[in-house]
Amino acid sequence: MDFIPHTDVERQDMLGAIGVKTFDELVAHLPLSKNELKVPTGLAEGEVIRLAHELASKNQGAGKLLSFLGAGAYDHFSPAAVSALMSRGEFLTSYTPYQPEVSQGTLQTLYEFQSTICEITGMDVTNAGMYEGASALAEAVLLALRETGRKKVLLPRSLHPDYRSVVATYTAESQVELIDIPFKDGRLDMDFVAAHLNEDVAAIVVQNPNFFGVVEPVEALGPLAQKSGALFIACVNPLSLGLLTPPGDYGADIAVGEGQCLGIPAGFGGPFLGLFACKQKWLRKMPGRLVGQTVDIEGKRAFVLTLQAREQHIRREKATSNVCTTTALIASCATFYLTLLGKQGFRDVAYQNLARAHYAKEQLTGIPGVRLAFASPVFNEFVLQTNVSPEILNQKLLAKNILGGVPLKKWFPEIGNASLWCFTETKTKSDIDALARTLREVL
Amino acid sequence: MEPVIFEKTQAGRKGYCLPALDVPSVDPATFLPSASLRATPAALPEISELDVVRHYTRLSQLNFSIDTHFYPLGSCTMKYNPKVNELVAGFTGFKAIHPLQPDSTVQGFLQVYYELERMLAEICGMAEFTLQPSAGAHGELTGLLIARAYHKYKGDVRKTVIVPDSAHGTNPASAMIAGYNVVTIKSLANGRVDTAALKAALNKDVAVFMLTNPNTLGLFETDIKAIAKMVHDVGALLYLDGANMNALVGLVRPGDLGFDIMHLNLHKTFSTPHGGGGPAAGPVGVSQALTPFLPVPRVRKTDQGYSLEESAPLAIGKMRAFNGNSLILLRAYIYIRCLGREGIRKNTEAAILNANYLQAKLKDRYQSAIDETCMHECIFTAAKQKPNGVKTLDIAKRLLDYGIHPPTIYFPLIVEEAMMIEPTETESRQTLDYFIDVMNKIADEAQATPDLLKKAPLTTPVRRLDEVKAAREPNLRWKQTSAVPQPSTSPFAR
Repeated sequence: MDFIPHTDVERQDMLGAIGVKTFDELVAHLPLSKNELKVPTGLAEGEVIRLAHELASKNQGAGKLLSFLGAGAYDHFSPAAVSALMSRGEFLTSYTPYQPEVSQGTLQTLYEFQSTICEITGMDVTNAGMYEGASALAEAVLLALRETGRKKVLLPRSLHPDYRSVVATYTAESQVELIDIPFKDGRLDMDFVAAHLNEDVAAIVVQNPNFFGVVEPVEALGPLAQKSGALFIACVNPLSLGLLTPPGDYGADIAVGEGQCLGIPAGFGGPFLGLFACKQKWLRKMPGRLVGQTVDIEGKRAFVLTLQAREQHIRREKATSNVCTTTALIASCATFYLTLLGKQGFRDVAYQNLARAHYAKEQLTGIPGVRLAFASPVFNEFVLQTNVSPEILNQKLLAKNILGGVPLKKWFPEIGNASLWCFTETKTKSDIDALARTLREVL
Repeated sequence: MEPVIFEKTQAGRKGYCLPALDVPSVDPATFLPSASLRATPAALPEISELDVVRHYTRLSQLNFSIDTHFYPLGSCTMKYNPKVNELVAGFTGFKAIHPLQPDSTVQGFLQVYYELERMLAEICGMAEFTLQPSAGAHGELTGLLIARAYHKYKGDVRKTVIVPDSAHGTNPASAMIAGYNVVTIKSLANGRVDTAALKAALNKDVAVFMLTNPNTLGLFETDIKAIAKMVHDVGALLYLDGANMNALVGLVRPGDLGFDIMHLNLHKTFSTPHGGGGPAAGPVGVSQALTPFLPVPRVRKTDQGYSLEESAPLAIGKMRAFNGNSLILLRAYIYIRCLGREGIRKNTEAAILNANYLQAKLKDRYQSAIDETCMHECIFTAAKQKPNGVKTLDIAKRLLDYGIHPPTIYFPLIVEEAMMIEPTETESRQTLDYFIDVMNKIADEAQATPDLLKKAPLTTPVRRLDEVKAAREPNLRWKQTSAVPQPSTSPFAR
């Protein structure tokens, strides 16, 4: 099946208009492949849908399994209006809004996105979106390295391991020293921070809540960073900001994060939404696209891509980043979601996450052989230690249609048989009770 | 115009409903330190669901899109995005899958990854692909980091990347982030590589030569095999920017031409929707010698089924969290399975046919930048309109009044007043003929009423914008204090 409209007669006519008899004349100058591609023959739409159903049935997810996985990708309820709006062809099949006169839909939506992210983070400016959280963090670190000219970066051990890997990949060739900040009871070791945050450090990164779900003592970091001249980069879970202090209030220079929790499906890891917000002073140094408000020649309010002199298509090798196409549609999605939630809903969702996670914490830690790894405060995730290895435990749970917490041993062998569990507003009391019951059975 | 959503807020209104809390309610202050608790709620808009839907539906109607308009945007490949791809990406069995689930529960997705990698490798003649990069520029960075790791492994650290002046801006920007110095070489007037300039720039410090083929003027690089030899002779690698790969698939395989690394833009060649600027996917293919350096995780097939492997000692690491833009990759997979090997080639043929048809029909009234057979796009300039004071920008803006999205303008940089026209294979002859008629009409207008063109567009939701104001007085977010235009009397007024 293809999507080409030409009839044989039209094709012949068009070749004639070009002045050739056959198509082959148009590609006579190419070193054409002699062999036919070893790609399956085409399918009709009905056939491909059937194939897709078969493939989808080999995946087991929500609906079949009760999942307590989080760790950077979350199961939140997303109103039907979000996907309905997202699938409108005018949003879905438009290009980057380089022609503002016929792109006001995308442009205004992205301006509203920037506005809502500024509201929830308390930051001065937000760009129109990055690929996803980890590479957004890497871009923030690159900005700090560029602007300070320093070569050390403090990265918590309690940062999401994938995020750490991505920062390492992005900085592999710039002679940068990544220094691990150890954790104490699941939180930043502040003595280590105080001892190492000095004039050689380009940036200190903190994730809040961190990879273990623990709420970090972020309020202490701003003054320390400022004293040393290092940039303070906060990597936040935007949904937690319904309850938690926003990075703008604790002096972060840059706030990044993963926006997937804002109404976007987990989708086996993507497409997600990188958030990048900063203080006004870094505006002209930030990566990515920015939408600004202006007027047209008749004085009418209108929106346009602006401050493009930072970007690769103008500045080439002197650009602040190489990003071009990122994730406008997903940013729009987050805007629809946050707008539907509204002021109260945004707080309520965060509150329900907190309440359900704490109910679960109480239920699960009452089970013999299960204990909390850390006593520090948490939001909607926490680390459990179990008498048996999480891999074995998860196999037993899977047999009962439950996806257990993420095993942590490959990244954090020092905390033993530990796994990370997540409880969002989608988990009911009976889901949590069922998990507790099953855990008692299998342990 | 539609107000900004914040201007429609009504305190206390809701557009969202949560399930009743069936666990004990708690005081956040008992679980969280007071310094961690937000002091003031975020002032998000308070709107009903209907009004949210209406607001964004009305905004969407201010956009041009492929679904509504002809969009001959050069290099961007605005082809039809089949609806079946969207349907499948919405299946719960794909959409609701967590990236950290055990391999045994995601065999369907891993099969999609595995087969898509194999199909792309076959189509491009490369040994292996990674599907991890999130977009074309992300793919470029991945490819260049692979090149760095490869040379380093061989104990042959190199510092330079050569880029032609006709290249996309992402090429030099990516090279800079990968830690290279960028050397720009002049292209010939037709955008092809100036082999003398390349030879002069090549030396033992050159790691990579990045090339777009067909080039950004829509021409195939006929000397490609000789270029590959020159590059390889100094121990450098040849990188293909696959932005224009839709002109080659099914006809020519980059691997057979001597390319060592390449990226694909799935949102171009393989028809995943552009979404107003993403999400995208930029898979990277490499030759056999470079496969150990591909980022992790890698998808493997064993007797027990498919699995994700994280351990690869020489890998450059991870380019992003988790696996990749899976739902985008899935759309491309479905698209390729629909087309099959016959459709892939047929697509390319129709894309080349359409571009050459436009080139033949437009060259009476517009100056063709190059007088030879083009590939998937053709380049014109406003040279014939210049005596009347009409620029490419004016022609582009006038097209909007006729319901056509303009071509890419002022790119490639090496062509003065460039208009880069890429019709794609999914446009019918009737659409192309309408475009030709409109372009001819605009050529008439350029002679008779040039001022009309300079004022265009006249009929769009807004007219030409004050971009200087936008940059000089940045207003990047709505604030309570922003001057609010007078509301119209009817909420439905435009």
